[in-house]
Amino acid sequence: MNIVVCVKHVPDTASRIRIGANGTSIDTSDISFVLNPYDEIAVEESLKLKEAQGGNVTVLTLGGENASSSLRTALAMGADEAIHIKAENWQGDSYATAKNIANEIQKLPFDLILFGKQAVDDDNLAVPQMVAEFLGIPSVTVVVSLEINGNTGKAEREIEGGKEVVEFSLPVAIAAQKGLNEPRYPSMKGIMTAKRKTITTIEATQFEAKAKIVKMEIPASRSTGKILGGVSELIGSLKNEAKVI
Amino acid sequence: MSVLVFAENRNGKLKKTTFEALTAGRGIADKLGCELLAVVLGTGISSFQNELANFGADKVVCVNDPMLENYSVEGFAKSLSEVVAAKKSSVVLFAATSLGKDLAPRLAAKIGAGLATDVTALDVKNGKLTTIRPIYAGKVFATLEFGSEIQVATLRPNIFTAAENPKAGNVENIAVSPGNIKALVKEIIAAAGKKLDLSEANVIVAGGRGLKAAENFKMLEELAEVLGGAVGVSRAVVDAGWRPHSEQVGQTGKTVSPTLYIAIGISGAIQHLAGMSSSKFIVAINKDADAPIFKISDYGIVGDAFEIVPSLTEELKKVL
Ligand SMILES: Cc1cc2nc3c(=O)[nH]c(=O)nc-3n(C[C@H](O)[C@H](O)[C@H](O)COP(=O)(O)OP(=O)(O)OC[C@H]3O[C@@H](n4cnc5c(N)ncnc54)[C@H](O)[C@@H]3O)c2cc1C
Ligand SMILES: Nc1ncnc2c1ncn2[C@@H]1O[C@H](COP(=O)(O)O)[C@@H](O)[C@H]1O
Repeated sequence: MNIVVCVKHVPDTASRIRIGANGTSIDTSDISFVLNPYDEIAVEESLKLKEAQGGNVTVLTLGGENASSSLRTALAMGADEAIHIKAENWQGDSYATAKNIANEIQKLPFDLILFGKQAVDDDNLAVPQMVAEFLGIPSVTVVVSLEINGNTGKAEREIEGGKEVVEFSLPVAIAAQKGLNEPRYPSMKGIMTAKRKTITTIEATQFEAKAKIVKMEIPASRSTGKILGGVSELIGSLKNEAKVI
Repeated sequence: MSVLVFAENRNGKLKKTTFEALTAGRGIADKLGCELLAVVLGTGISSFQNELANFGADKVVCVNDPMLENYSVEGFAKSLSEVVAAKKSSVVLFAATSLGKDLAPRLAAKIGAGLATDVTALDVKNGKLTTIRPIYAGKVFATLEFGSEIQVATLRPNIFTAAENPKAGNVENIAVSPGNIKALVKEIIAAAGKKLDLSEANVIVAGGRGLKAAENFKMLEELAEVLGGAVGVSRAVVDAGWRPHSEQVGQTGKTVSPTLYIAIGISGAIQHLAGMSSSKFIVAINKDADAPIFKISDYGIVGDAFEIVPSLTEELKKVL
């Protein structure tokens, strides 16, 4: 099975975010970047499938020079090959990102494309469905369980108050939700071999953004409220002041 | 030109978030000076006409097709793309539910539209939609403008208030070809004993590591029951195996904006705040007066949850 895993290099979730001088992107100077947490789950799933059924795992990212470190992490976990679509200070929207990714995947043999459920920077959940649309293949998002049997498969996706069981044919795009698996840590040996694996690079194509960030603001922080003496005071405040009960 | 709102129904009922989206759509349609259309896909759907008209739909577009009885992102996106073309829609709105979030991007890609997801404010500028959406887990609000002719947005639940605004809402039936569907929902498994989903709850009673054991969440369930709310948890609780991930609130869990969020035994880590800081009222109960959760809470009680929560539940029973 040929598996492609799309991974994004994103700010660590503990980062304090500041807005850059241009007002439309963040100041990245003091931020450490990591492999998107959901994409770790996608990488893990590809490795489990490869171990069980055989195959080849290619990881792919679109991002600046530094994004290669997330590719190295995925290679150290056990991916076989990597593709880096280079785009420094990329300000493209999901559409432009997905178009670039789909164009690259089109050149490869693929049965399964794995994504994370969402990039923890733009919080979209859009690139997986868009890539699938551009490639004309089915997609299942927010997946917590996955089975592949030859040319078909079955996935469970989380919905409000339960799960949907989706049956599909391959090739397919799957976006991983937490709970699908527990990602492994790269082993020492993995890290060493990853250094010798090659990363193929190409330049991103700029497409005109269909949706564009024109302004970024830090939301006003909530002001600290009152410390109350006890339960009856709390109920009184919720009833009479907040009027929420 | 028209504004199109996707009317989501499950088990023969329209979702509350559909009315929120209709009300928001009504405002946009009035500013653009065009019609507001609600579109329903599936079978037996014309029964929704009255409710959709009541919340502001000038027209109810029905796509009656057995192929659309069960959800499929391909079939729904293809069908909607034909409705958008037939009705010359320039704005298409969805609620950011699990279905809306899955479907809207696929439609946007298909019709070459710009997309804004999980929007918390929207307006019209120079004849086009502009939106505000939280990014970086709510640490930043981004204003988006569109370059595309058609603009697609999903609206975060519980942010827009649904308001009745009766319009004609005449039914128009449209036939589409849902196309070749390669992934289809075969079954829905309801989570055991869960009545209300977090993202739809008006009140959330959330517990953290401070609750110390799985069985102590009974206490929170009782409080949630009295308030008509749902139970949420921090990641520490999920990691400990006390509660399922579907209840996790935060950056790698659910984003919620209930009217009332009660955080019990939760310290208030940045990743937790990311998921709940847009709640309208926040109450914290924590034995550590320096816990960061107090910094963003409207009301706080410093003390032991095992004493406060049962007494809160008892007292609320008397007044509610
Ligand atoms: C990539 C990443 C993603 C993450 N995503 C999320 C996420 O989505 N959601 C999330 O919640 N976290 C997330 N986290 C974890 C987060 O950093 C915190 O570790 C977690 O939120 C802590 O949970 P907690 O507040 O329950 O536990 P703790 O931080 O241990 O806090 C427990 C609190 O309980 C109080 N307490 C103890 N006993 C009592 C008592 N008897 N009565 C009252 N109070 C008491 C203590 O004073 C303390 O404040 C993420 C972390 C990472 C690295
Ligand atoms: N720049 C990118 N490079 C590679 N994969 C990406 C990129 N952006 C998004 N993805 C993939 O799409 C998923 C969802 O991202 P998003 O739609 O941006 O929330 C991520 O978890 C990745 O798997």
